[in-house]
Amino acid sequence: MSVELDVFVGNTTIMDKEVYQLWLNGYTVNDAVKVRMEGGVMEECEASAEVLLSDTMDQFRTFQMCERLLQNPAKLANQLLFQIPPDRQAMLIERYYAFADAFVREVLGKKLSKGTKKDLDDVSAKTGITLKSCRRQFDNFKRVFKVVEELKGPLVENIRQHFLLPDQLARDYAAIVFFANNRFETGKKKLQYLTFQDFAFCAGQLINNWTVGAVDNMVEDMDVDLDKEFLQDLKDLKILIADKDLLDQHKSLVCVALRGKTKVFNEMETNFKNLSRGLVNIAAKLTNPKDVRDFFIDLVEKFIEPCKSDRWTATDVNLYLTHYTNSAHILDSFKYQTVWTRYMGVIKSCILRMYHE
Amino acid sequence: MPGKLKAKVVAGRHLPVMDRASDLTDAFVEVKFGTTTFKTDVCPKSLNPQWNSEWFKFEVDDEDLQDEPLQITVLDHDTYSANDAIGKVYIDIDPLLCSEAATVISGWFPIYDTIHGIRGEINVLVKVDLFNDLNRFRQSSCGVKFFCTTSIPRCFRAVLIHGFVEELVVNEDPEYQWIDRIRTPRASNEARQRLISLMSGELQRKIGLKVLEMGGNAVVGYLQCFDLEGESGLVVRAIGTACTLDKISSTYTAAIVQNLSNSSPSKDMKEAGFGEEAPGVPLSSGPPTPLRAQTFSSFSPSKSYSRQSSSSDTELSLTPKTGMGSGGSAGKEAGPLKALLRQQTQSALEQREFPFFTLTGFPPAFLLHVGGVVSARSVKLLDRIHNPALGNTRSYKLLDWNSFTADEPETRDAWWEELRQEIKSHAKALGCHAVVGYSESTSICEEVCILSASGTAAILSSRFVQDGALDTDHRLSRQQASVFTTGAEKGEGVMGSSASLGFEDVAPPACGFCHIPYDELNMPFPAQLTYCHCCRRHKVPDVLFTTIDVPTEANVTGKGCLIQARLCRTKKKGQGEGNATAISNLLPFLEYELHTQLLNKLKLRGMNALFGLRVQISVGDTMLLGLASATGVYLTALPSPGGIQIAGKTPNDITYEQHISNMQKKINDTIAKNKELYEINPPKLFTLDPDAFRSINTEFVEEVIGSPIPEPRQRSRLFRSHSESSDEVLELDLSHGKKDAFVLEIDDTDAIEDIHSLLTDAPTPPGFYSCNTEIMPGIYNWTSGLQMFTSVRVFRLSNANLTNQGLNKIFNDLCENLLKSLYFKLRSMVPCCLCHVNFIVAVPEDELIQVAVTAVAMSFDKDQSQENGRQSGDKTLMKAITENEEQLQFPLELSAESPSNPLSCAKGLSEVSGPLPSARAPSVDHSSFTDRCSSWIEQLRLKAHTIRRGSIKTMSSLEKASPVPEGRSRSLRSNRSCPGSSITVVKMTPLSFIPGAKIIKYLGIINMFFIRETTSLREEGGVSGFLHSFIAEVFAMVRAHVAALGGNAVVSYSMKECVFMENPNKNQAQCLINVSGDAVIFIRESELEATPSQTQSGNVQTSSNGEGT
Repeated sequence: MSVELDVFVGNTTIMDKEVYQLWLNGYTVNDAVKVRMEGGVMEECEASAEVLLSDTMDQFRTFQMCERLLQNPAKLANQLLFQIPPDRQAMLIERYYAFADAFVREVLGKKLSKGTKKDLDDVSAKTGITLKSCRRQFDNFKRVFKVVEELKGPLVENIRQHFLLPDQLARDYAAIVFFANNRFETGKKKLQYLTFQDFAFCAGQLINNWTVGAVDNMVEDMDVDLDKEFLQDLKDLKILIADKDLLDQHKSLVCVALRGKTKVFNEMETNFKNLSRGLVNIAAKLTNPKDVRDFFIDLVEKFIEPCKSDRWTATDVNLYLTHYTNSAHILDSFKYQTVWTRYMGVIKSCILRMYHE
Repeated sequence: MPGKLKAKVVAGRHLPVMDRASDLTDAFVEVKFGTTTFKTDVCPKSLNPQWNSEWFKFEVDDEDLQDEPLQITVLDHDTYSANDAIGKVYIDIDPLLCSEAATVISGWFPIYDTIHGIRGEINVLVKVDLFNDLNRFRQSSCGVKFFCTTSIPRCFRAVLIHGFVEELVVNEDPEYQWIDRIRTPRASNEARQRLISLMSGELQRKIGLKVLEMGGNAVVGYLQCFDLEGESGLVVRAIGTACTLDKISSTYTAAIVQNLSNSSPSKDMKEAGFGEEAPGVPLSSGPPTPLRAQTFSSFSPSKSYSRQSSSSDTELSLTPKTGMGSGGSAGKEAGPLKALLRQQTQSALEQREFPFFTLTGFPPAFLLHVGGVVSARSVKLLDRIHNPALGNTRSYKLLDWNSFTADEPETRDAWWEELRQEIKSHAKALGCHAVVGYSESTSICEEVCILSASGTAAILSSRFVQDGALDTDHRLSRQQASVFTTGAEKGEGVMGSSASLGFEDVAPPACGFCHIPYDELNMPFPAQLTYCHCCRRHKVPDVLFTTIDVPTEANVTGKGCLIQARLCRTKKKGQGEGNATAISNLLPFLEYELHTQLLNKLKLRGMNALFGLRVQISVGDTMLLGLASATGVYLTALPSPGGIQIAGKTPNDITYEQHISNMQKKINDTIAKNKELYEINPPKLFTLDPDAFRSINTEFVEEVIGSPIPEPRQRSRLFRSHSESSDEVLELDLSHGKKDAFVLEIDDTDAIEDIHSLLTDAPTPPGFYSCNTEIMPGIYNWTSGLQMFTSVRVFRLSNANLTNQGLNKIFNDLCENLLKSLYFKLRSMVPCCLCHVNFIVAVPEDELIQVAVTAVAMSFDKDQSQENGRQSGDKTLMKAITENEEQLQFPLELSAESPSNPLSCAKGLSEVSGPLPSARAPSVDHSSFTDRCSSWIEQLRLKAHTIRRGSIKTMSSLEKASPVPEGRSRSLRSNRSCPGSSITVVKMTPLSFIPGAKIIKYLGIINMFFIRETTSLREEGGVSGFLHSFIAEVFAMVRAHVAALGGNAVVSYSMKECVFMENPNKNQAQCLINVSGDAVIFIRESELEATPSQTQSGNVQTSSNGEGT
């Protein structure tokens, strides 16, 4: 004796947020029922396990049928099969495209390829997120990546319009796409302390300042790729460390400005040349894709770690970088002011964001 | 005669990828009507093609327009191989043929394929230019409106209700043709879909013709069904109620207003039916009571009861009959009135073969008395029938079948005829001349077919049923025959006509329908009669079973609830005649048990009446399933139900006694709990003290009226004087009311089972109510929260040798669990009521039980619902008036139009003080029997009239004050709400209305039939996945069609058929679904402009009438 078939179809598609989340989390029907039972819905509504099972199955099936549409959110709005109120649609989409920070940290900057997808079971084991959920999130990244790859116009806006995502989520996806495209290394041990939001912030900075789109906003891939010309120009900054006079001049200007303003002045003074060399070298090497990938690790190794070992506070870092940037403008023989500003602006905000005390 | 059909294909979207190589599709479209086909260009390599075709024009007969659907096929062009079909859209263009319905069909339609389901959408425009045809012998019936709604549709007014129309067409089922062996499943499914579409078109056209013949212009309560008889063919049959409807428009309103103010008699002659009534009916009076008694014995019984006896002879052995409950008109002294009334209406009704009405809701004052449920079943053996009657099978040539041995519809017709005759005779046995809430159904298993018909025996007012061809001769001759008697009759006739005119306020509101229509000395079945608890004058039965909705005017105490009786009976596998006999032998027992179960459950809930009763018997190879669903309510007019008493026959055993007393306690507790749950606290005073009753009644009326009219008190005094003769009986029946405890003997296992199943019915969770009727008595403040749903479950019985009890339990649990699941699913809507809960049970295979439920969950405002009895009583009345807006104008309009007493009416409108002389005047005009009594009755009527008037006034002022005016518009100026964004939200509901909104236009009937088949069941998510997506697709297609007609809702939606077959071993499944409903445009009340009603204080009554359109 068994229920062979059991369906419920409403004219307005009924979707329970909680069950939806369980589905998104990749639970099996039985696990979801367990979670729901523990959640106390049964007592609330005098339901039996049987009822709960039937309801969960039904909703999981509905979600599965909707999934095809969720993968193309624009379709969800003008499909006829499910009558879903607009606010519900927005909720469905937002949650479908939401991702776990733990997961995204694992794949951020990795190539969104089949190979990476194969490794998802490791990610799943490591993060405790079900494989199913990992796959969904990974596929979302990949889908968004594929779509915006071929689109012109601002990245965030494209994502927002094409996937009907809320602004913040669109920005996060832009960061993911940007990282995946440039293959930034984020998985090294030294970078583990950084959260996804730290990277997303940096990505935003890079997208807004270093890409082609930052200058000319009607170029293909403009927001995804770094501005090659700019990277080329960055080589010119090398003069700041190559020219001994310039380096000394720069140092003295910074020291004058900093004197008495910070407790770690001595460390700053001693480390100036090292730090400056680090930052300028990063700039000079960015034409090489390999070094682009190491951008964040370089920032940590060449700047953040030395500062940290000297116990700089974030304020100290801010102070130092402000004067470091500004002083370069006063240098008479330094002609690459625009490039310097464009470079240091991003570096400064990235470092400040990445500088966790 | 001819019409021009124009179609334009605009664009497609979301098309499936048909070319794997390019991941694109080269789509083009074929537009076909009849035998003509047009094609669009190929739109290469696009999943969102823009065709923007020219207008394809088809010049066709309107007959074809009615029968044929427009067929749109989307194909993928292939240079080298045959073009692949993507899918099809069938568009029923019938709504365009009616001038008042839709004018254009335009919108996105899902492209449907019977194998793959919905595959993208196509945007199409369709128009029809119809040339007027006045040919009397035409075969088409364009312009006849069809409604699935089983009451007078909201924006119409019934002028006449002509009666029963039925038609049936038979054809061979394409699925069972030899060609099916060689064609693809898709081709076979499409042939079937197309055939059924054609057949239903044809059926509708033929019914339309019948309606035109009868002089009507619409069919209300149109019920179309398919019988898939397998080898022996495919039957499409329909029944409905022919009506003449008037669109309620503002000009009409103006006319009424004018009529009222002038009280001009000029309009009288416009309605022949009404004019007819005038000379015969009222305005003379015989002396009071004693003479009436005489009439009673001498005249009326002989006539009505001779019929009864003859009818009982015609009962068929195969068909068990049920007559349940009752209600009646007058008590003893009103015998002649009853007789007269009956004859009056009968003369009109009897011209018809079947005085049946598929309506379940009625214009006010149409339904006078309800006798009880009448049902008839017959078991038939299906045979392959030969000799096609070609007239009925025009579709053959269209389908181009090679061989057709078709069936003659005559056989099926005869079967139904037989059944209807029986129903008619049952109704007569109940002293009724009509059957309302009538429906027919079948259950087929292999070659055995159970035909069922059921309805509610009733006495109707002659008001709406009169034909132009009313036999005046008949009545005249009768009048001449016995002058004296006629006098007496006529005196009563005034009462009768006043009742029929909607002045039933003469009796306390609306208990009239509960009064027994049969004679208490000659009752058709044993029942305990008591005096009506509302009016105390007429006899009422102890319980009342009906198939209709709760009349809006009915006084209901507390809330109602869904009551189901469920039963399973095993049966031996059999063949042919033996099998049929076995089934027909089982049927009476099944029905009896269902009836007992219903009665027990009703009592357990402390209620005394069932509405919307629907008994389904489904037959399978090894079992019979019976499911009776109804909505139980406590009718204030009926006596309070006694408790359930358990008695054992072996009183010596102490443990046994203990067991019994435990059970008794449980039962008593349950009853008490239920009474609390459903807020059943009937005013005890009613039964105890006539004086208290009177004062309450007075208070009640005053409460409602709220205006200082001294009438009520006076009125009640009149009542007393009226019912003086029966005062002693009154006392008697009080004691009698307490004796009627229901005794259950639990000696036999059956009774234990019964009690067990009684007690296992889980109560609905808090915040939920359920009913299977249109409205839930006791809940009025609906919010706009609305969720229609369909839920299907199939249960496999793994154990083949189950006992009856075991089966019963399984079936019972299945239904209960299904309900529980529904409550759980809809918990976010609490407080809410599941309305129109409709169960369909079937036995698709040996060990399968299928249950499909369609219902609507409507949330309501909790605060207001928990008012005390009187306030809700107020609301009831207010609701009765506001809800049925169109009903208001009947009394007014009639009084204005009635030639019988134009003067008195005018007076009645203006003044109460001086009705006497004016009332006398018309009486003199019409009859020589003028005396004190006639004026007395006249006066009574006028007072009722005035009271009604007063109450209207109050209602409208109340309306103004209430924040959420229900069911009523303030203005009709703001019209169609335009569908805003790309997709119109389309509401669907099985009810005839949408809470908080007003239906402003009916766009036509939606009647769709779909087949879906799969050969990759597992891949589609198993049977559940398959059916889930199919039902969702059906909903989507219904919504798309409604939206294309310009509508935003489907009302009276129903799923009539859901046939599911599976073969998991072959990874295959097939499902057929038939749905129907009325496409409408509604607007939210909040969107309606508010008229400056404040200024109209003097005129409120008329304006409120006018607006109630």
